Amino acid sequence: MNNPQLNKDGELQHLLTTEGLPVRILRDILDRAANFLDLDEGREIKKVPLLHGKSVFNIFFENSTRTRTTFEIAAKRLSADVVNLNIGSSSTSKGETLLDTVDNLCAMHADMFVVRHSQSGAAHLIARHVAPEIHVINAGDGRHAHPTQALLDMFTIRHYKKEFHNLRVALVGDVMHSRVARSQIHALTTLGVPEVRVIGPKTLLPTMVENLGVQVYHDMAKGLKDVDVVLMLRLQNERMQGAALPSGQEYFKNYGLTEEKLSFARPDAIVMHPGPMNRGIEIDSRVADGVQSVILSQVTFGIAVRMAVMSTLAGSKA
Amino acid sequence: MNIHIKNGRLIDPANNIDAMLDVFITNKLIIATGEMPESFIADRIIDAQGLIVCPGLIDLAARLREPGYEYMATLESEMLAAVAGGITSLACPPDTDPPLDEPGLVEMLKHRARNLNLAHLYPVAALTSGLKGLELTEMSELVDAGCVAFSQADAPLIDTRVLFRAMQYAATFGFSVWLRPQDSFLSRDGVAHDGEVATRCGLPAIPVSAETIALATMLTLARDTGVKLHVCRLSSAAGVELIRTAKREGLAVSCDVTSNHVHLSEMDIGYFDPNCRLTPPLRSLRDRAALRAGLLDGTIDAICSNHAPVDEDAKQLPFAEAESGATGLELLLPLLLKWASQEKMSLSDALARVTQRPAKILGLDAGHLSVGAAADICVFDPETYWRVEPVALKSQGKNTPFTGMEVQGKVRYTLVDGKVVYQNQD
Repeated sequence: MNNPQLNKDGELQHLLTTEGLPVRILRDILDRAANFLDLDEGREIKKVPLLHGKSVFNIFFENSTRTRTTFEIAAKRLSADVVNLNIGSSSTSKGETLLDTVDNLCAMHADMFVVRHSQSGAAHLIARHVAPEIHVINAGDGRHAHPTQALLDMFTIRHYKKEFHNLRVALVGDVMHSRVARSQIHALTTLGVPEVRVIGPKTLLPTMVENLGVQVYHDMAKGLKDVDVVLMLRLQNERMQGAALPSGQEYFKNYGLTEEKLSFARPDAIVMHPGPMNRGIEIDSRVADGVQSVILSQVTFGIAVRMAVMSTLAGSKA
Repeated sequence: MNIHIKNGRLIDPANNIDAMLDVFITNKLIIATGEMPESFIADRIIDAQGLIVCPGLIDLAARLREPGYEYMATLESEMLAAVAGGITSLACPPDTDPPLDEPGLVEMLKHRARNLNLAHLYPVAALTSGLKGLELTEMSELVDAGCVAFSQADAPLIDTRVLFRAMQYAATFGFSVWLRPQDSFLSRDGVAHDGEVATRCGLPAIPVSAETIALATMLTLARDTGVKLHVCRLSSAAGVELIRTAKREGLAVSCDVTSNHVHLSEMDIGYFDPNCRLTPPLRSLRDRAALRAGLLDGTIDAICSNHAPVDEDAKQLPFAEAESGATGLELLLPLLLKWASQEKMSLSDALARVTQRPAKILGLDAGHLSVGAAADICVFDPETYWRVEPVALKSQGKNTPFTGMEVQGKVRYTLVDGKVVYQNQD
């Protein structure tokens, strides 16, 4: 099976998932993002012409503010023309299929698609369908993958911890329904983190999750013990209706990140969250706004990382 | 009309024959094998040099999409595909639109099939009206109209009392009940086996317990009611073990597996290949191994195509939204031969799983080449290899997980009731 993300020269053609990405490509993207960040902090050149004359289409079949906005800013700083389409469910209710929508946008000479969709595999489907000179970035597909979020998380971890090979990282919460968790796990294991843990109740951990290379914990005190990085996951309210959990309060009691629970981690541990946060459900405000939280840095770094991904793709030969 | 099939290797599992024997047909029937009867003058001679002559294949699950889903396939296109696959009899499940829950619909389907003069069609009628799982259909009337068994297809039957009564009622008259075991709560929204691949791909999953819980329920009720139960499309190792135990206890139960499940596993989903979106879901490699072992030791009686033609647009969607199903009629024989060669089993033993044994499940006097039997015959070249190309398939359904694969075995002639309904000399 060919890796659908790479072209025949082994360059990144699409970014669909962090699974199976060669470590050199992961590192390249992080290094490239670091360069953009310097440029950003220097505040001398806000814009670079790397995507000048290119059209980037943000097609979001699912609502998102933060991700869409950071992609838009990233594309604009690369001098691309950006078109935002919030399709929601309206176009499918008009009977147009996903690939019809894509074909129409291809006819408008799109060079790059940034796609979010509620179904796992949607970005792969589009990548298989489009002409070879068009690039697809997965901005989240169902429960499957959210690779740019994972990359910006890796960037954040590297920023604060410098290396990956000596870290203990714990993911806390709803791994089952989380595309972020899957992408984080693949990225962490690829970058050589020796110990990745998942912590949650059995109803929120998928079958055979240990085959992804993680250790499974159901208890926060044990799972957080001596970790360097805590990756919190968002808990959707629907989980209460599907009998996965009794209540938000009970979830907070067992798995909500409080100062007390965080004290099991290393004193210099950092706390991250992909947002949007449910304060008082998965995380206590004192932790979210505390000194160990790097949640807002994640958002800032998100722009540089997305610039890095887009410019990497634009640089690969079709 | 006299037909002489000469120089072929005759394989007839039901009669335990595997020998170089000629076949002589007069009108609809086989009148002799081996020596030419006196005064037989052939109107047509079929030279089967290098070919195998066997009973026409019998497929226990082929969706023809009529009535109601003609945009996916038509009776004519799929019956042509059947005979091109060497299939001379097929059972079709009742999940049409409207479902096959009225005698008039069954008669109409039988009538249309007869007029096509291709394969024999044996409709399986709905067990409950509208497949809704609430009220029984008029089973005796439906049998008089020509249906051979009763089934829910893939529709759930949640109310176990209705299931119990349906089995009791069917048992009263000796009718067969065919069911696919799947608990509708545990399988809700699921599209893939609850295992490594669904976890990696983030696909809503169906656990094996969805199969075993439903299977345990139906086996219990079959024991209590004495109904003839046929379990359709087993998918898991644990399911095979439940059937094995039930058979050992002497329960009158039979079961089948699809060609897809004999050869594929969840791993074949790869990067969301919608051709592997199948019902039941492809399970783990361990499950596949158990299904194959069950086929070998007779726990699983038959292999079916589970033919389900789907229009192309319905497959070009994200995995979970893609329509479930694959075309299969023309691949039943090649996939059987592939399995036989992998398991190093005799052709006769392999062919029994698509001839003699499904005939027994259907209660048909078919699937054998005895003198006096209807001349439903498949003549195929076991040595020809061909590549599965969607455009070359006769079926209107072009989607199969085997696209692009090299397969073995090409049908040269198919005879139904002594008439050549398909031939291919390419």
